[in-house]
Amino acid sequence: MSETPVQPGNGDSGGAPTGATTATSGDVPQVPDASLPSAEGAARTTTAALQPASPPSAGAARTAPAASQSTSTPASERADLRPENIQDAVIRLAGNSQDGIQTAGAFLARLAGRSDHDVMTYMTIPATISGGPSIFQVRIGSGEVLSAGDEADFLVAFYQHSYQDHIDFLKEGGVLLYDSDNVEPNFDDKRFVYVGVPITGLTIEALGGTAKDKGKNIFVLGLISKIFSLDVDKLKKIISEKFAGKDQSIVNTAMMAFQAGYAYPVGKVLTHQYRFEHLPKTTGRAQITMDGNQALAYGLIAGGVRYGAGYPITPWSSVMEALRRELPKYGGIFVQAEDELASVSLALGFSYSGYLAVTGSAGPGISLKTEAIGWASMAEIPLIICNIQRGGPSTGLPTNVEQSDLHQAIYGGHGDSPRVVLAAASVEDCFYIAIEAARIARKYSTPVFILSDTSLATRIEAFDEPDLSKLMVDPKPDLSPRQTFKPYPVDAITQHIPPGTRILDGKYPLLSGLEHDEMGHPTGSPKLHMVMTAKRRNKLRKLAEEIPVPEIYGRYICATSIHCPTAWKKSSPSSNGSSPWR
Amino acid sequence: MPETTTSAPPAPEREKLTKKAITADHPTWCPGCGDFAVLASFYKVLEKKQLDHEKIVTLAGIGCSSRFPYFVNGHGAHFIHGRAVPLASGISLARPDLHVFLFGGDGDGFSIGGNHLNHGARKNINMTYFIMDNFVYGLTKKQTSPTSPIGFKSKTDPTGAIDQPVNPMKQLISAGATFIARTHATQVKHMMEMIERAFDHQGFSVIECLSECVEFYPDVFDPADPRKGGSFDVIQEKKWDNTPEDELRHDVTDELAAYKLAQLPFPGVFGVFYQNDRPTKNALEKKWIESTREKTGNASDLEILQKTFDRMK
Ligand SMILES: Cc1ncc(C[n+]2csc(CCOP(=O)(O)OP(=O)(O)O)c2C)c(N)n1
Ligand code: SF4
Ligand SMILES: [Mg+2]
Repeated sequence: MSETPVQPGNGDSGGAPTGATTATSGDVPQVPDASLPSAEGAARTTTAALQPASPPSAGAARTAPAASQSTSTPASERADLRPENIQDAVIRLAGNSQDGIQTAGAFLARLAGRSDHDVMTYMTIPATISGGPSIFQVRIGSGEVLSAGDEADFLVAFYQHSYQDHIDFLKEGGVLLYDSDNVEPNFDDKRFVYVGVPITGLTIEALGGTAKDKGKNIFVLGLISKIFSLDVDKLKKIISEKFAGKDQSIVNTAMMAFQAGYAYPVGKVLTHQYRFEHLPKTTGRAQITMDGNQALAYGLIAGGVRYGAGYPITPWSSVMEALRRELPKYGGIFVQAEDELASVSLALGFSYSGYLAVTGSAGPGISLKTEAIGWASMAEIPLIICNIQRGGPSTGLPTNVEQSDLHQAIYGGHGDSPRVVLAAASVEDCFYIAIEAARIARKYSTPVFILSDTSLATRIEAFDEPDLSKLMVDPKPDLSPRQTFKPYPVDAITQHIPPGTRILDGKYPLLSGLEHDEMGHPTGSPKLHMVMTAKRRNKLRKLAEEIPVPEIYGRYICATSIHCPTAWKKSSPSSNGSSPWR
Repeated sequence: MPETTTSAPPAPEREKLTKKAITADHPTWCPGCGDFAVLASFYKVLEKKQLDHEKIVTLAGIGCSSRFPYFVNGHGAHFIHGRAVPLASGISLARPDLHVFLFGGDGDGFSIGGNHLNHGARKNINMTYFIMDNFVYGLTKKQTSPTSPIGFKSKTDPTGAIDQPVNPMKQLISAGATFIARTHATQVKHMMEMIERAFDHQGFSVIECLSECVEFYPDVFDPADPRKGGSFDVIQEKKWDNTPEDELRHDVTDELAAYKLAQLPFPGVFGVFYQNDRPTKNALEKKWIESTREKTGNASDLEILQKTFDRMK
């Protein structure tokens, strides 16, 4: 089971070094020639991109790396080489997904989580099946991190295309760490600090022949650990946990690559080193590090969801994969259905039988589920529908982020088909909102949408460990016999009883998509239709009285505001300029 | 499966399950519609089987035939057009204690729900599915259905249907259904026998029943009704008695033989075409749950999730 996102098409091993190695451990790579531009070139850096904890003494911290090398003072004693305290850094790894940059980035994120830091990641999914250019960005902060950052302070470029595509996302004064075996930067561009390291060559050298350049990601992790003065012991522990259960040689190879990167005398080419300021957390709870889709899946489990069905589609698939793997542990089932129409229908079958169920998809699949969701409104069945949004319309931009399905969620059904729509604001919120969705679905016997999106689905954040003992919901249905039962009482919120429940007066209920009377039997009466339509709407009015007013992030700008019986909870922080897209 | 609670007030002794107890609304079907006979046979089978009333679940999609659940007093749901197989699958998988009966028409089952039929069959999900095939769309008033024969004049084919119809038996055999039978609404005894055998079978059991739409396609099934001068040819199943006659009888486990029977020209033959004991999805999922639960040391839900979170720290 992998807890960290792994690049598509590359199995669970991620970008881990896999090949056997012949190098003896402790091999330290040779110090190469510094692939640094001329002192003049680099010395022009003006503003440090990394945000210092306190304003650095004039000039000193911003001196160009190469310039300071002319001195003969031992590095350890030089004031400008002492790690500078920072509170926030955006590190972007740009390479190909098969290089395992996601794995390396996820290690950084987990380390941040274990070190009381806040973290948010952002990744792109390569558009080609077999991998291809992609990025993994990690923002680590000593305070609250509210976005993954538009621009990077520190860019690692593995290839020429990585450099070309991403250099414009590097802040002025930012550091470009590039693989000098593959990248030739334009040193005439004086905005950045250039740090060239022959990453490919040194990785091969450190690991021996067969591994080729696999392990570059871990080598770079070593370099970054040095530059940012990361807690090496913690990081090594995280790495070995990740590969635990695999061949010991894999762990050894990873450690070798890490050690080689860490031991590289990067101080010769980058005079600066940094250290994240440590602001101890006050909550006293450990931090959990996971991505939004994982948080959603585990939130559903905590909320008592034991059954579900779905059909694969990016970026929803990882939720269903997690549920398919996890639910049997809890005695439940997740079914991969033949299509989305079947999956929503299966989920309704589960819910009807007494186990609130989940289905989900992205835009194209949600469109297919629409008719059955209308049935859930009409027959008043609790159901959770996750829409992990992507670019639309139609097949749209399958691997890109867009939040354009709000209207579909609220109004995407024929007739008056009230439903509840919730939107997760953060990875942590994905967890809690799933529990909330389950609670609302049960209490109001209604379909509940959870909106997420590509970015939230794949980004990693650290958050305080939830108190599961207080949150876990026990999903046992109540089959105790009833004297009499009406599925659709006009004056009360519908609460279905599962089949298998004896009804002693012998009159059994029917769940119907036709307009119906209190027993669920069809009616064509316009008067009854009005009464029942009001009944279905009124329960959401009740809900509106109970839920808190949405928190608003950022500036108050909106072209349309939606006021309707539909409860619209929490808006995503998309208007505060934090979108990773420009 | 997660456990269900059955505590609460002690329920009184059960009375016998009678036709009266399971009868609900009077059917809205046209007088003479074949579906009445199906309903009557179903009541009789339930009475004979004396199932626990609360465990009977009737489900349907949309169509005249799909109105069925309204006429049975029991737990049930009237779903949307064509999707009742996956709805029933959810109920069947989550609640092995229930008897899941599904009813529908030819349009519901072979057209809009055709793919669900295939996958329900392939996965062998435990349920009893009764398809009332009238070769026409009844509820929407005489359009061509997927089983309408070539030449049938409907509102959507005024000069006669031109598309090759579905052969239900062939489709079900190739899709992997594990109990496949064919019957006729005028042959009540045979129909009841088929319902009973389908019910007793563990797996995806389907009965195609020729059920006349007197309103929009009258008399089409007369060739299989002896009272109307037709002949109702019943499949002779092997008795495995080593007699020479037995050589000629049908082996219901023989897929190719079943397929050959399905090739016979209309009205063809009636009875069990195919039956096989392949494990159900219900059983396979249960097995997987059990081995997974064992690996967790049968830990509590809280313990399992906590352990997962501990790994994510
Ligand atoms: C999604 C959808 N499409 C179309 C219809 C209209 N419709 C209702 S029943 C039906 C055909 C019913 O034919 P069949 O399943 O053979 O049942 P019968 O009425 O003949 O018993 C159609 C097309 C619908 N209710 N829903
Ligand atoms: S229209 Fe046909 S199928 Fe429908 S109830 Fe009337 S006779 Fe039966
Ligand atoms: Mg029909």
